[in-house]
Amino acid sequence: MTGQQAANPQSGSGMSARKKRFLWIGFGLLLSFAITALVVKGLSANVTYFYSPTEVAQNVAPKDRAFRIGGMVEEKSLRRAADGLTIYFGVTDSAHTVKAVYTGILPDLFAEGKGVVAQGKLDENGVFQATRVLAKHDENYVAPEVAEAMDKAHKEAVLKTLK
Amino acid sequence: MIPEIGQFALILALILALVQGTLPLVGAAQGIPVWMFLSRRTAQGVFFFLILAFGCLIYSFIVNDFSVLNVASNSNTQLPLHYRIAASWGSHEGSILMWVFMLGLWSCAVSVFSRHLPEEVVARVLGVMGLVTAGLLLFLLFTSNPFERLFPVPTEGRDLNPLLQDPGMVLHPPMLYMGYVGFSVAFAFAVAALLGGRLDATWARWSRPWTTVAWCFLTVGIMIGSWWAYYELGWGGWWFWDPVENASLLPWLIGTALIHSLAVTEKRGTFKIWTVLLAICAFSLSLLGTFLVRSGVLTSVHAFTTDPRRGLFILVFLGLVIGGSLALFAFRAPRVGTQGKFEFISRETALLCNNILLAVACGTVLLGTLYPLFLDALNLGKISVGPPYFEAVFVPIMALLIVLMGIGAIARWKESPLAELWEKLRAPLAVTVVCAVALPLILGRTHWQSVALLALGFGMAFWIITTLIVSVTDRLRHLQGGLWYKLQRQPLSFWGMWFAHFGVAIFIIGVTVVKGFEAERDVRMTPGDVISVGDYAFRFVGIEDRQGPNYHAARGTFELLKDDKKVRNLYPEKRMYFAHGMPMTEAAIDSGFFGDRYVSLGEEINDGKGSWSVRVYYKPFITWLWGGCILMTLGGVLALSDRRYRVYARKPAKELLAGHTLPRPAH
Repeated sequence: MTGQQAANPQSGSGMSARKKRFLWIGFGLLLSFAITALVVKGLSANVTYFYSPTEVAQNVAPKDRAFRIGGMVEEKSLRRAADGLTIYFGVTDSAHTVKAVYTGILPDLFAEGKGVVAQGKLDENGVFQATRVLAKHDENYVAPEVAEAMDKAHKEAVLKTLK
Repeated sequence: MIPEIGQFALILALILALVQGTLPLVGAAQGIPVWMFLSRRTAQGVFFFLILAFGCLIYSFIVNDFSVLNVASNSNTQLPLHYRIAASWGSHEGSILMWVFMLGLWSCAVSVFSRHLPEEVVARVLGVMGLVTAGLLLFLLFTSNPFERLFPVPTEGRDLNPLLQDPGMVLHPPMLYMGYVGFSVAFAFAVAALLGGRLDATWARWSRPWTTVAWCFLTVGIMIGSWWAYYELGWGGWWFWDPVENASLLPWLIGTALIHSLAVTEKRGTFKIWTVLLAICAFSLSLLGTFLVRSGVLTSVHAFTTDPRRGLFILVFLGLVIGGSLALFAFRAPRVGTQGKFEFISRETALLCNNILLAVACGTVLLGTLYPLFLDALNLGKISVGPPYFEAVFVPIMALLIVLMGIGAIARWKESPLAELWEKLRAPLAVTVVCAVALPLILGRTHWQSVALLALGFGMAFWIITTLIVSVTDRLRHLQGGLWYKLQRQPLSFWGMWFAHFGVAIFIIGVTVVKGFEAERDVRMTPGDVISVGDYAFRFVGIEDRQGPNYHAARGTFELLKDDKKVRNLYPEKRMYFAHGMPMTEAAIDSGFFGDRYVSLGEEINDGKGSWSVRVYYKPFITWLWGGCILMTLGGVLALSDRRYRVYARKPAKELLAGHTLPRPAH
């Protein structure tokens, strides 16, 4: 420490060290309270849960809240409406399939037999109304969530045949 | 043969790095001059061998040596030369080699530009950097060898992921890594100061230029990445709050706090302990970012493979670096230096609060990024935290930060009487409030919510700009002479601050207008159709086939119309890459000062009329985002060019050590 800057004998414009400390602590408390509130509110309102098609079939997935679903696009399930933009497809984990619909332009790597993750809500007919279909960046890449969902469904199927 | 030379060079670099990381540190502790002197030569030696190794890898890519696994899986004979070179850092192995290469470059730069520093400090700084280099070289050699051979040798490679075949790939990773790794210098200076027990204004002055250079590179790197995602991914977004983007934002936020904190430490001698902590955190977050991106725990475009061995190694390394430096901090910090004094209303307070806010913002982003990982690890379900969380938390913190940013630029050091401060801030506040409320209404918004959001954005930008103007007039008031003369008298470091802050304002204007006025439409178009977005319209002319070097493309022709007059043609493409069999959308963008017109092709609709699904965007003021980032970087460069750094470079080290203050610009 060189010292020359720290030499400041004056305590300033009438604000005592005590008052200064109180101000700092007050601001600190206020700030941490505000930030905590922001984060808690932000997280509780904006977290999206992930469900597999089997979980959707078992009614585990929420009815009134957006969530993500992942699996494979079922073979021969892809159908395009007359408007050219609305696409119907099935998301499957080989045990169960959930019907899904999306309007808009799909990511490049969306294809039958490939993994998919979609975000949206279930409508009253049990059709998944996707608002977002997530893109992947490599044709060999399978999202871990999808891989796990497929794996779980496969294991359950094997267990069933053994029973 | 060449790959083996590269491999051998890596091993030699490791051995030298181990020497660099041990002997100089011991020498500095024990006072053995010969050992301390080793630091410079070994750092340069390590860099020499890293150049050799990196050169060998690039050479293998250039000559298509598919006997190297890395080349075979990431390149192809049809790939154009510049992408073959870029492919050498397109893989996990190559990117880590580039990381270490950059670290070698920074160490070498420190060894060259540190003649004025005491030998003891140089030995400690380069020693710490040597340890980090050695750690990463071990990681490279044992878990991700870029020179691994492949037998039998394939006749053709697998090609680089088409998404990466872009000019962005040539620029984005090197820039970003220069920034990431550059924080290692600030880190090494901090650790060296803790080891040496000397933490004073001179220490801050030494590490300041290094930190600013790293920050500039990181800013440019992030900007290029964002721009790349904007035009390449075809979604028209520029920031997705993707975990990997967050991983680069985290060190940037802390790095920004660090350059401000270093300024206070240098000028006022306060915040020392906080500055050291920030220096440690900035580099730790860079390492964490590398870990998150490369270990495959996060799923994104940047994560290539999942190899638990790699994850474990980086985790242990991370634990050692972060844990070790924080332990040293806890052990040594309390006895290093004292805090200077300042009043509650002062520039120090504004800067300290902003530092805390930046750290808090970083914390909330980190939380949102890691929260899904924690829940998954604890088996509490799989979740994802989307952009709304980040926007809801990040924006209010930034708003507060910007209020203080305006005050900080005007407030005086040590003590700023409230009456005087109010006198100066009155006019900016009035202009800001009036403009923020009037502008959205003038622009035709009436719904209260959109008016409020626009007012918030414009308010922040105007607050910055008006306070910046006051900061200039305030400085000129006491000077005699013509305006140009007075402006010239201001030090470059002041203009650095000025342009960087102005860049923030420009950036905010860009974000506000894009968010408030962008238009997007997904439509089906048959040749001849016209669709309008914003003030413009697109006419679909037709589709034709085009052959690229390693892909086949369907190229659309669109006429961009304004007031029914043709402005220009746009040619978006849908490409099919041969080697991957992977489709790729290439958007076509008409970019201008006041906004972009953006069109990308969806899919062909088989209705016999040649229809396609098409996505069109109008993105007003989006170029201001990149412009703002460039201004921020320019600010950093101006600050670096400040006279003080050059003057002090010529001063003998002894004088500096004695704690003399350097010529300080007049206030």
